[in-house]
Amino acid sequence: MKETFTIRVNGEKYRVKADPETPMLYILRNDLSLNGPKFGCGLAQCGACLILLDGVAMPSCSYAIQHVGETEITTLEGLSGEEGSLHPVQQSFFEEQAAQCGYCTNGLVVASVALLHRNPHPTEKEIRAELQRNICRCGVHARAIRAVKKLADR
Amino acid sequence: MHKDQHSRRKFIQSLGMLTIGFSMSGVVSSRLRADTTLDPSAPDTQNARLDPKAIDSWLTIREDGRVTIRTGKMELGQGITTAIAQVAAEELNMDIAAIDVHLAETEYTPNEGYTAGSMSIQSSAMSVRKAAASARERLLDLAAQELALAKGSLELQDGLVQGGGKSISIYALLKGKQFAASISSDVPLYATSRRKIVGQSIARMDIKHILTGEPHFIHDLRFPEMVHARIVRPPAHGAKLLAIDDRAIAQLPGLAKLVRVGSLVAVIAEDEYKSITLSEAVAPHLTWKFEKALPVGELLRDHIRSLPTDSKTDKQSEGWSDQVISDSVVRHQASYFKPYIMHAANGPSCAIARYTDGKLSVWTHSQGVYPLRGAIAGLLGLKEELIHIKGVPGAGCYGHNGADDVAAEAALLAMEFPDRHIRLQWMREEENAWEPYGTAMAMELEAALDREGRIQGWKYDLWSDDHGVRPGGDADNLLPAWYIEKGHGAAKSGFRGGATRNAEPYYIIPHMHLRSHIFRGPLRRSSLRGLGAYANVFAIEAFMDELAEKAAADPIEFRLNHLRDSRATDCLRMLQREVRKVNCHDGEGIGVAFARYKNAAAYCAIAAHVSVDSRKGNVTVHKLWAVVDAGEVINPDGLKNQIEGGMVQSISWGLMEEVNFDDTHVTNLTWASYPILRFQEAPAIQIDIIDRPHEAPLGAGEAAQGPATAALVNAIYRAAGIRVRELPIIKALRVTGVGDRSSISHENPINFGQFIFCI
Repeated sequence: MKETFTIRVNGEKYRVKADPETPMLYILRNDLSLNGPKFGCGLAQCGACLILLDGVAMPSCSYAIQHVGETEITTLEGLSGEEGSLHPVQQSFFEEQAAQCGYCTNGLVVASVALLHRNPHPTEKEIRAELQRNICRCGVHARAIRAVKKLADR
Repeated sequence: MHKDQHSRRKFIQSLGMLTIGFSMSGVVSSRLRADTTLDPSAPDTQNARLDPKAIDSWLTIREDGRVTIRTGKMELGQGITTAIAQVAAEELNMDIAAIDVHLAETEYTPNEGYTAGSMSIQSSAMSVRKAAASARERLLDLAAQELALAKGSLELQDGLVQGGGKSISIYALLKGKQFAASISSDVPLYATSRRKIVGQSIARMDIKHILTGEPHFIHDLRFPEMVHARIVRPPAHGAKLLAIDDRAIAQLPGLAKLVRVGSLVAVIAEDEYKSITLSEAVAPHLTWKFEKALPVGELLRDHIRSLPTDSKTDKQSEGWSDQVISDSVVRHQASYFKPYIMHAANGPSCAIARYTDGKLSVWTHSQGVYPLRGAIAGLLGLKEELIHIKGVPGAGCYGHNGADDVAAEAALLAMEFPDRHIRLQWMREEENAWEPYGTAMAMELEAALDREGRIQGWKYDLWSDDHGVRPGGDADNLLPAWYIEKGHGAAKSGFRGGATRNAEPYYIIPHMHLRSHIFRGPLRRSSLRGLGAYANVFAIEAFMDELAEKAAADPIEFRLNHLRDSRATDCLRMLQREVRKVNCHDGEGIGVAFARYKNAAAYCAIAAHVSVDSRKGNVTVHKLWAVVDAGEVINPDGLKNQIEGGMVQSISWGLMEEVNFDDTHVTNLTWASYPILRFQEAPAIQIDIIDRPHEAPLGAGEAAQGPATAALVNAIYRAAGIRVRELPIIKALRVTGVGDRSSISHENPINFGQFIFCI
């Protein structure tokens, strides 16, 4: 049975009618037309669908809309500034060209934003540990680590 | 969905209205420009011929001064969009930001077959280069006439031809038409005389779009009234649907349609998550007949060598006899093995299809839109001219994965549920279980050395299934063809040359005898990045290391002694200089390997620095170096990114990847049971490029696959004295170090996810 939920995403309030069990991934992609979070495995094993819940990176594929409540959700789209200016993490990934196909990029950026928010100067070891749950099949690991390290060393 | 009043724009966006017509351009930010070719009823008749010799097939000058380049290739994350824009911008002497690249689409781009084999720079970019240069010369000729000035006094720049104080736009010069002229094969190239844009590390602008969540992937396409579908998969390949409990299924709420075509069953729903839960709810109401046909209880290495083969001698040097080896001073023999490996795309395969007014439209991340069209036509019994296929980037595929299959399945569903866009997305478990894998291979080598440590004789026997079992216009190679019960046969044979790719060493060896034995293995297989080159180079380069030891020679010097091509030796010498700087501690080692991809494409020498804990079976890869000669480099950073990614993927394959199965089906269905290399295990990377602007560009996207794994096993030997001859490495180390070989079988797959890499 569908119910109506009010959720807060990227600073806006939305009312959404959905089955309470529906993972946020599908709400964000299909109801709100957001492209950032990606379906990778549906099992919280790959990080492609990461979003920020009150600043903490969580897989949206395993997070049902009924649990959202007052939580502030931020997606990749919510990181950029009003006039399309890039978030420092986005900018750093762009400068390092830390992508190939780019399917994992959402997860890497969201995880890195969460890490730097919690710990502005992480060590390389801490960066690797934070990104450990993200699958990248193209092999941009070294570039992604470099992109985050650059910000950590500022 | 309702949105609070003050943000109506976002509300409209959420309906998907603004995202329908996004541009496929990877270079410029023009995503909201209407892309009329999304509508198959409005074909671009001007380019209907698409003769590859015609300038107009490759580029169009637009009224606003922008230039559209058409490529028959697909963006797979390899950066081809940017490289192609670079060669065009160079020849047209214009800002790269004013160039849009239109990716593979039937009726609209030239038919360039598949985006495969590291051929996109060598073929598509070089065609575009000549088309753009021919266009420039034609524009200068036209301007010379129009302005009554000598051609030599004119300069084309940023869409204007200028000279003698006069100026005219290229669109005006063409008077609303296009070129209607042929490409000149000997046209002068600015890439040679000026070279301002090619050879530069131009940033990929599509990465900016991806970073900000702009629509880029096929997964991001949304159409009004689009419905979602999921396939309800059988328990095994070749299963037949015996019964379906229609009454129970009819009780399930939210089902827009249950599609059944033969043994292919799918659910369609308005809501995506509903389609997933429905597919799970339908599954228990289906009864299947299937065989327990997969071989278990024996090592796959032994199984594939016990199968019937189509055997062939691929090369036998003049004067070859077995005595070349048996009579020699030093002999050596070794066998190697590589298991089935998954493409394992990060984003499961996805397609959208709509059948309306007797015409079928398909959006796909296939590597070949034209071959796919032929195959779908055969599958559906629909004329090719009624099918329009548009390529849209997907997640990186690394070869022939589920992209074509999902597109064919979406097309089948569209015929059963017409007039609506149907989006079909595979689940992770489907991607892992149903894609065509890179085949298992076994390699047996024997060689003889003379007193000076030179290889005199080389004998190579290769066991492989075929590679390259792509649709290629043939429906029988599509997964759904085997389930719809419309008389389609088993998959056709693939590409034997895929198995023997790089089977011949690039070294100078007086006597060689090379044979290949093609079997039909237990699992579905096709092209995985590098095809047979991965396993062949792994075996040859590991064996070269063993021979170097027999010859008491340095492994790099040993290779140099057997190479005549100075471009190959340049790569190895440069690598040698880099690795000599490294001090290895106890338990560490550096290994090297070299190959020239296909013995005709890019040169690639790789070194790996590792630590090994042989007791626990742990390997730490500290660093990988590569030295690459890909001839003329279009985009150095793009080339580095490809080599870097190739190395990382290769060591992931080599260390830990293996498709497992029980007697019925593949068993590693998730990232937990099919682990790949992650961030804590990722090595540091150093890549040096030898740029040769006056040589032809050489395909490089697959060049690192073989040498990286070979360098890794050679490094493990230096570190721990263990020769790893069977992949995956960690499993082999476990067996050699602490385990008992006989305890390994496919019924007891080791979960490599438990392994700890220490960095």
